[in-house]
Amino acid sequence: MTTTTEAEPQATPTTQRGDRIFAGLARGAGLFILAALAAVFIFLAVEGLPGINKPASNYAPLDSFLPYVGRLLYGTIFAALIALAIAVPFALGIALFISHYAPKALAVPVAYVIDLLAAVPSVVFGLWGARTLSKALVPAQQWMDEHLGFIPFFAGPASVTGKTVLTAGVVLAIMILPIITAITREIFAQTPRLHEEAALALGATRWEMIRYAVFPYAKSGMVSAVMLGLGRALGETMAVAMVLSASPVVTLNMISNTNPATIASNIASSFAEATPAKLSVLIATGLVLFAFTFAVNFAARAVVARSERRLTR
Amino acid sequence: MAKSIDISDLDIYYGDFLAVQGVNMTVKARSVTAFIGPSGCGKSTVLRSLNRMHEVIPGARVEGKIMVDGQSLYDASIDPVAVRRQIGMVFQRPNPFPTMSIYDNVLAGNRLNSKRIKKAESDSIVERSLRQANLWTEVKDRLNKPGMGLSGGQQQRLCIARAIAVEPQVLLMDEPCSALDPISTSAIEDLIHELKTEFTIVIVTHNMQQAARVSDDTGFFNLKAAGQPGHLVEFNTTKKMFSNPDNEATEAYISGRFG
Amino acid sequence: MSATETRVGQRASLPLAAPRLPSWAPGLVAAVAVGAAGLLALLAGWGIPAFAVVTAILFVAGLPLWSASVEGRRGAVDRLMTALVWTAFGVAVVPLVWLIWTVLDNGLPEINMQFLTFDMRNVVSDDQGGIYHAIIGTLLVTAAAAIISVPVGLFCAIYLVEYGKGTRLARWITFLVDVMTGIPSIVAGLFALALFVLIFGPQIRLGFGGSVALSLLMIPIVVRSTEEMLRLVPDDLREASYALGVPKWRTIMKVVLPTSLGGIITGVMLAIARVIGETAPLLVIAGKTDSVNFNLFGERMTTLPVYIYYSFTQPGTVPFDAPPGTEAPGIARAWGAALVLIIIVMALNLIARAVGRIFAVKKG
Repeated sequence: MTTTTEAEPQATPTTQRGDRIFAGLARGAGLFILAALAAVFIFLAVEGLPGINKPASNYAPLDSFLPYVGRLLYGTIFAALIALAIAVPFALGIALFISHYAPKALAVPVAYVIDLLAAVPSVVFGLWGARTLSKALVPAQQWMDEHLGFIPFFAGPASVTGKTVLTAGVVLAIMILPIITAITREIFAQTPRLHEEAALALGATRWEMIRYAVFPYAKSGMVSAVMLGLGRALGETMAVAMVLSASPVVTLNMISNTNPATIASNIASSFAEATPAKLSVLIATGLVLFAFTFAVNFAARAVVARSERRLTR
Repeated sequence: MAKSIDISDLDIYYGDFLAVQGVNMTVKARSVTAFIGPSGCGKSTVLRSLNRMHEVIPGARVEGKIMVDGQSLYDASIDPVAVRRQIGMVFQRPNPFPTMSIYDNVLAGNRLNSKRIKKAESDSIVERSLRQANLWTEVKDRLNKPGMGLSGGQQQRLCIARAIAVEPQVLLMDEPCSALDPISTSAIEDLIHELKTEFTIVIVTHNMQQAARVSDDTGFFNLKAAGQPGHLVEFNTTKKMFSNPDNEATEAYISGRFG
Repeated sequence: MSATETRVGQRASLPLAAPRLPSWAPGLVAAVAVGAAGLLALLAGWGIPAFAVVTAILFVAGLPLWSASVEGRRGAVDRLMTALVWTAFGVAVVPLVWLIWTVLDNGLPEINMQFLTFDMRNVVSDDQGGIYHAIIGTLLVTAAAAIISVPVGLFCAIYLVEYGKGTRLARWITFLVDVMTGIPSIVAGLFALALFVLIFGPQIRLGFGGSVALSLLMIPIVVRSTEEMLRLVPDDLREASYALGVPKWRTIMKVVLPTSLGGIITGVMLAIARVIGETAPLLVIAGKTDSVNFNLFGERMTTLPVYIYYSFTQPGTVPFDAPPGTEAPGIARAWGAALVLIIIVMALNLIARAVGRIFAVKKG
């Protein structure tokens, strides 16, 4: 809604100038953001693209870019999937607890505690993971080696320090738990009362009511929450870099001393002594990471948009 | 056999707040009983206490007795889930499950109890319920279409079909026509006439003429005074209630002097 | 709930009373689970984690099994899901409590006046080192990031809500802000590195580069939360102002912004709390140094998170006369710095939420 200038005999040139300047500032800020993002792409490309073609020594232990970044991508996805596998069931359970099971007096503090978890900086998680959690998980990992060693994930031999990709996965899981829980519990709480009551009136138990009314309503929201959590886990650097001493390897073994590095952790641990050539390579891997997380986030939003269109029929 | 319901000295509380006080009445088996009265007097509250749906609100409780077939609904050994299976409910706004087809909606209640129902049996349950709800001819060719694709009146009849598919003894209806157009409303009123041969029906309605058309007995609820709990002013056969009620306040409400 | 249902008109009356577990059943099962697991733990010499896991398993398995024999399949499934959900709650609280406890336990002994006022210059082995330079670095870098991000974010949100509604430019900007929220922090750092390397050459490290990277992470948060707050301001307020002849820009400055100010401040403080703990970008472009540096534009600058990282990865040497098994001194300093960082972040969070509550837009 714009002000009408002809109705105001007092409309001064200063007023119009003020409006123009202000509007210009606002628009300028928007354009600045456009420019910033364009700059991100351009600079990363300029510095990073040459990294695809450097001498083979830069891709140790391999000898060209694609396998190098391929292994790092594997490590990134592997660690993120471990984190998801642990975080998602707990996040859904906690979200259900807050929205449907807990007495009001308990639901609010629990939600608050989970949100506080999101405030802890990643480097503190990394420190705690490397110094405390890894030691605490050694007995469990030894147990897995003994009793589940036939499964490739637990082939072992179990690391004595506990600094394994499993531990890193647990730390990542704790870090992405808050965002998945926060989105999912919002959606659960917004289930239309009408459908919950329809299920209850048919003689459904609480769990049956949740299956009939809550989950169908929340399905796409849950998917998008999980994907946002995945995006967060893919980009996380410090937790993995501090817990693991890793290198670009491909392995399913979660509890041994040989751990796959992620793109982000590899950059963090290699860049300090990196030659300019190696720096290019690292930036190139960063571009790959960016593209990948962008694709995941984009898919998450597409899922939400599609279901919103379906619900508003 | 459709059951009768005996309510004695019923008080309904939300936490410490007394919402309805001292309700005494007998709902006869296989009849239609209407609850009328101005907004906020406890008609829906009492209705919901009949199938323990008011417990969905935390802190809600009752004192007094509600007996169905000699069993008190509020005994410690009674599972609300079992109560709601026997005493079904239809709501003010039609609420078929949005992600289910018409077929699956009707069967929703039955599926809770037996995971696997043979196709022949489930087909017959669906047909029987939809016929009883006067919806079969309209939807028999599109049973797999989503329940939400029907018109408002059809959705409400679908909800009725869903409620009667589990063969309850009693059917509670909370202003079932208030969200519908007059033609759908009259279709549902005709349906109620047919259903009462098999079910005991209790209907809450804002529309006095509807109560007069549809019910055999009527209960008139009102607030004792502003800020006081609701109570049952009078309970009588519909004929008597609308021609020569015992209570002055009833007379005033019926003739439109307030409400 | 399983009596046969016969045809219409001959429906058997289903009993309403069905056997149910007593209301103290969950408590009993929990007590038994704790007891049994505790006994096993003592006998087999388990630690606390194993004890907790076995207790949970016994509870989650035991209650539904008991219920199955009394209440039937549906009741048992319902009990099982309830037990699982409550277990999830029990687990939810553990990480935060454990982490905070560890940080306090390890970090508190480190904190004293010297720790807060010394830097690491010429510190050898277990000399008294400190985080003074890291605190200064954190304050400067974050302040500069805020100075860039807050005006840009604020005005961008103003554009999206007040001027650009429905335009194609606004749609693009919204999309790109969404993209920005997804940038991994290390990529933001790499961008700042690439930018400055291109201009100054590969050895460049400076605090301001960190600010640039942090701005990239802060701006989307500020834009989103400000947008939300501006949208909450009812249009009636704006129209009343226009009707009085107040120009648009004045309306925004004097009516819309003050109304949403509380929420905007909350959003900004939460954004600061978010980026103040970022390590990866600073690692890459701001570097690390042992001395205090007050100049954002010259030379490396250490921030608290980077300090923690290097103190952990390069913890220094154990004094040669220390008893065997002594940790390298950098570890303890890392915990101390972590405690200081957590206190700062939590304080920002709590103040931000308090501000938000005090100034909440009262909805009619």
